[in-house]
Amino acid sequence: MINVALPKGRLGEKIYDIFEAAGYECPSIKEPNRKLIFENEEKGVRYFWVKPSDVSIYVERGAADIGVCGKDILAEYEPSVYELLDLKKGVCRMAVAAKKDFYDDGRNTLKVATKFVNCAKKYYASKCRDIDVIHLNGSIEIAPILGLSDVIVDIVETGATLKENDLEVVEEIFPISARLIANKSSFKFKTEEIETLMQKVSALIG
Amino acid sequence: MSESILKKEEKIALELRALYAKYGYLPYKMSKFEEYDLYASNKDFLTGDRVITFNDTDGKLLALKPDVTLSIIKNDVAAGDTRKVYYNENVYRISGETKQFKELMQVGLERIGEMGIYEVYEAVYLAAASLAQISKNFVLDISHLGVLSALMDEWIGIKRDPAFEKAAMECLAEKNAHGLMAVCEKYGVVKAGQEMLLAVVGAYGKMQVALAKIEPYCKGKAARPFARLQTLFSMLEKTEYAENIRLDFSVVNNRNYYDNILFKGFIEGVSESVLSGGRYDKLMERLGKKTGAIGFAVYLDLLEGFNEDKRLLDVDVMVLYDDKTDVETIVKAVNETVQAGKSVSAQKTLSGVRYQTLLDIRGCV
Repeated sequence: MINVALPKGRLGEKIYDIFEAAGYECPSIKEPNRKLIFENEEKGVRYFWVKPSDVSIYVERGAADIGVCGKDILAEYEPSVYELLDLKKGVCRMAVAAKKDFYDDGRNTLKVATKFVNCAKKYYASKCRDIDVIHLNGSIEIAPILGLSDVIVDIVETGATLKENDLEVVEEIFPISARLIANKSSFKFKTEEIETLMQKVSALIG
Repeated sequence: MSESILKKEEKIALELRALYAKYGYLPYKMSKFEEYDLYASNKDFLTGDRVITFNDTDGKLLALKPDVTLSIIKNDVAAGDTRKVYYNENVYRISGETKQFKELMQVGLERIGEMGIYEVYEAVYLAAASLAQISKNFVLDISHLGVLSALMDEWIGIKRDPAFEKAAMECLAEKNAHGLMAVCEKYGVVKAGQEMLLAVVGAYGKMQVALAKIEPYCKGKAARPFARLQTLFSMLEKTEYAENIRLDFSVVNNRNYYDNILFKGFIEGVSESVLSGGRYDKLMERLGKKTGAIGFAVYLDLLEGFNEDKRLLDVDVMVLYDDKTDVETIVKAVNETVQAGKSVSAQKTLSGVRYQTLLDIRGCV
């Protein structure tokens, strides 16, 4: 039995469809109910719906053998897991954005508002730029508008939200997409099952 | 009775100490504190870069030891001599999961001296035997940085670049083939080098099967370390742990300290690796010692609660008494129960203690 942690929401549903097409269906998952755990004993698979940012925790701690989460979560929390596949879904990027007229002359400490503190710190450390990180939990785009920060570090998909708030991408940090991850210990003891799943899923995403 | 009081990890610690003693390793007891300088100058060797420091009465900066190996190897070993020790110590590190300082119990061994194939074999065999003491469902993953390093020199077609190596090692550790290819593209690794690295990521599993996947690439500089690894594996295949020992290049570590064999042990049902070790000749070299060294540690704290039956009872017998009960009667009731080989708790109230039998002697005068 492989335990799979899926991120709740649209991305998770897309990913489940791929798993279903790969032969790991669990029809009860599509029934309208509030259940969070679904099992198909015959196919040897059990799915959990969890908060997207928690997937890596379930997998790292072995409550799930494998899981699917964005590269942003992996880069931010740096869990000790195997990153087995790029599922090429939920494609976006981690980027620095600022007001259209912003110019960083490098004279002062750069104020950076973000949900992704670790990513922001690592990125600016690699450039030896002194920053003041402001940890926010949402509506990051407001920060530069209200003068709370100079720039933001956030996920950008189409850039529409930025545009509507008169912001623009000034630097791209890294590309993001959904990744198939595995617990290191589970991988040792369920190698064949996980490899088979990986191959079937990989064949579908091309 | 006395053995059942021991927790699983305590029992394992005793068994492991007996195992290492059987192979001629001597116990090594060390101080809880160490001069901070030792860690400051070898920071990268430590798992985390944070240590708990404090000032001694003379102002000297001390640290609660975050690592055992450094304390053992800083002692001089005369050239040509061999030193074989085992230890059972607590270390103080930031836990990977909670990101906070934690006291961690380790049992392990170190062998310092000339390193030949037998010495390496013995350490790997004892690592496997240590895991077998914990559970028969274990895997000991082995990788070889010497082979990996030689393969890179031989195939990637670019100058040694620490930034590339760091990024490539991170991808190898994650079995991240797609990430590794992106890194290769970024640093201009030639096609043949990319193919070699993909073969390395995929080279895991049963020893000979996995070795066969990288064998076509093990030419030139890589031929010699590969042959040594093959010899080691053929020796390990003759042991009772042949099915449990595997090759896996996702076991990587800092190349400034390790340049040879590395290993990690996993137990089914424990989410992290419970054993970690390798040959750290390069660390010895950095400390100015011209000798080889190999060792490993078993992280016993990770085994807390592993395979342990849930206790349904706190005591066998609960003796309930009150102010009127004659004290002699309480003593008699307790002694008789203990002599009958049962555990007992004499209390005035039941207070949430789980018991099998209640002996109510309230009001007995």
